[in-house]
Amino acid sequence: MTPRTVISAALLILGGAFFLAGTLGLLRFPDVYSRLHALTKADNLGLGFVAVGLSIEAASFALSVKVFIVWASVVLASGISSQLIAGAAFRAGVAPAGKAPPGEAP
Amino acid sequence: MNELHAGLAVFLLLNVLVGLVRVARGPTFADRMLVAQLFGTTGVTVLLVLGADPGRSALRDVALVFAMLAAIAVVAFVQLVPMGGQDRDR
Repeated sequence: MTPRTVISAALLILGGAFFLAGTLGLLRFPDVYSRLHALTKADNLGLGFVAVGLSIEAASFALSVKVFIVWASVVLASGISSQLIAGAAFRAGVAPAGKAPPGEAP
Repeated sequence: MNELHAGLAVFLLLNVLVGLVRVARGPTFADRMLVAQLFGTTGVTVLLVLGADPGRSALRDVALVFAMLAAIAVVAFVQLVPMGGQDRDR
């Protein structure tokens, strides 16, 4: 057990915790828009912490860079697709929890 | 085989399994699409974690391809969004 593996293990577990939080939020939040908020935690922070943990214990710098590229493209893709899903839901008239559907008088 | 990596991969797969509850419940198309996006990210993470063990570094490249393709399903779906929000079977 070197300090490097301890730090890496801690980051991996932290990332797993964010995935758990994201999944629980997806199940328990009341509407699409707040579920989106929970999901992006899993996407950005969960994968982010796991990627940092794996980079720390990676055998070479090139492998760390590859893990970073995977993370960066997931963040880019998830940002864009979250925006698309929210926009499509809003245009289709999905109401936020406790509010009138968009486009109708409150 | 690193036990922490294996355990984390199993834990993430269980997360995906629990996420299926949201697919079943809906109630709108957007909720189901959110779960599809969670599956994509979790799949990439599982591949990265498993690919960190020696002898399976090819899985990192698979993760890279998954990450690149993850957004395409959402983009294709948004093009086909039915107006009206609620699913017809509800």
